[in-house]
Amino acid sequence: MPFDVYLNVAVGGILTGLVYGLMALGLSVIFGVVRVVNFAHGEMMTIAMFIAVLAFAGLHLDPLILLIPIAAVMFVFGYVLQRGLINPFITRPEHTQFLLLVALAIIIANVLLIIFGPDARSVQTSYTFDSFQAGPLIVDAAKVYAGAAAIVFTAALFAFFRFTLVGKAIRACADNHTGALVVGLDVKQLYALTFGLGAACVGAAGTMMVLIVDATPMLGPSYTLLAFVIVITGGLGSMPGALLGGVLIGVTEALAGLLFTPSAKSMFAFGILVLVLLFRPQGLLGKRLT
Amino acid sequence: MTAPLTAHLSRLTAGVSRRSAALLAAVLAAFLAAPWIVNDYLLTVLIIILYFAYAGQAWNIMMGFAGQLSLGHAIYLGLGGYVAATLFTQFGIGPWLGLLAAIPVAAACGAVIGFLAFRFRVAGVYFAILTIAFAEFARIGFDHLDFVNASSGLFLPVKQYAHNDLWRLRGGPTMFYYVILAATVFACLLCHFLLRSRVGYFWLAIREDEQAARAAGIDTFRYKMYAVMVSAAVTSFAGVFYAFFYNNLFPEQVFSISRSIEIILGPIIGGVGTLFGPILGAFVLTGLAETLNSGMTAFGLDLPGATQVFYGICLLLVVVALPNGVWPPLARRLGLIEDKK
Repeated sequence: MPFDVYLNVAVGGILTGLVYGLMALGLSVIFGVVRVVNFAHGEMMTIAMFIAVLAFAGLHLDPLILLIPIAAVMFVFGYVLQRGLINPFITRPEHTQFLLLVALAIIIANVLLIIFGPDARSVQTSYTFDSFQAGPLIVDAAKVYAGAAAIVFTAALFAFFRFTLVGKAIRACADNHTGALVVGLDVKQLYALTFGLGAACVGAAGTMMVLIVDATPMLGPSYTLLAFVIVITGGLGSMPGALLGGVLIGVTEALAGLLFTPSAKSMFAFGILVLVLLFRPQGLLGKRLT
Repeated sequence: MTAPLTAHLSRLTAGVSRRSAALLAAVLAAFLAAPWIVNDYLLTVLIIILYFAYAGQAWNIMMGFAGQLSLGHAIYLGLGGYVAATLFTQFGIGPWLGLLAAIPVAAACGAVIGFLAFRFRVAGVYFAILTIAFAEFARIGFDHLDFVNASSGLFLPVKQYAHNDLWRLRGGPTMFYYVILAATVFACLLCHFLLRSRVGYFWLAIREDEQAARAAGIDTFRYKMYAVMVSAAVTSFAGVFYAFFYNNLFPEQVFSISRSIEIILGPIIGGVGTLFGPILGAFVLTGLAETLNSGMTAFGLDLPGATQVFYGICLLLVVVALPNGVWPPLARRLGLIEDKK
């Protein structure tokens, strides 16, 4: 196979990987601060995907325009979820949290199934079949827009955590829970905000994802797993790590699909996960957690 | 020879109050009599309940006793099923001999996962995700393994059997019912015995505080390995049963994450670390699912997913209302003393 085929596939993988990274970033932010593993992460992304599909079909709104509104809707969803349901569980054992979120995932997936039915739905934008060409490189326009939007969204989130007071307060909660309480931070409120932000990430990622894959109600579990793989590879709690992990997994899957068979591609992602867990358990860019 | 045996037996029954013994005997008698009372449909439901009770008990050894959260038990289920089914279809070797192969394979797989995780100090959530990763790895691997028919699945020959062939596990529901009932009773006895053994106390110590256990001189690595291997070995029979009861195996189904979740919902709903939690949980969950199903049909509602939504809501309510599971408060209500704190 000529070299430029590999290059094209790899670049496509990088762009898809950026969207994966944004999705995983949501999981990472939630775990890093609230210390709850969101087993309903993939299902939350499917909600965003169906909102995007619905808005496109009904109002002819482009997913790129919908990015911020859907992220906002998902923020509210995440905020309410943490405040109303998850907050009492943050001190309970992991398997209890697991059960809670699995129950939530079952409900979300099947409510979507009732509303939308089992068929795959896609979004056909004016640029769906467009592509950019640079030398031997040909990339889908949709993937370029999706990847770029993922970078912009991540940068905005990064700036929020870095430069705003609320962002600093959230980081303080993550660093030292007791300390945050001592200095008088409203930890409950900050946790809810964090869960909202994580949900907003996955909402934005879901909106971009409709440009790349078709939406079905049962997509959830595989994307939840994918988010785990990415986040652990990149380092739980590390924001650049999530993006790097996303790109790495995106490229691995794309190349594995090309070199072996597309159905075996996630095997390589899990292979990477196992290697990372064993040899660098804190992830590529993570700090060792104790 | 008789003295140690009676000593063992008395240790098994020690601490079991007269009240719980009577209740146990009644429940067991009801189970033994069930095939004469219930119809075929209910008998199948009971088989599924006992299957989940058995598998849940197996998972409970690892999580409930030793505190190691595995979310990938489907791998042991699948390996057990595939080993026995392959031996049966390719070489005509019966399931009980197949089990002798399935148990070491599953235990070895558990040993590999345990060794890697515990040696490299992968713990907590990370350990749980590692177990998922291995199960997914196996799922995709078997999907491409031509020797076991890859993704097109493995089928066991199905015929109408005039009489039950217990040795080859071919026959009607009544036979399967008694097989899985015996297995569940065996698993309960095993767990009861383990909990009262040296290993069991070490497991509980590790579950409660691993550092303290190590400080007290327990070789935590070794005992965590035992927990994974015993749990995997016990689970493998559930896989063998699954294969011979359903007569087909697909990697997409038997290794899927939903199989793992299914197995562990029972013990979590029933009460993690308790002896009767897995059984009670299996009853509650399967009973709930079946009631919802027939309820929906009775009301003429044919909405795909609606049953699942109710199921999810019920799970949610149970976990919010009873964080320790259904069994501990029920045991208190019944006036039984659980051997848990």
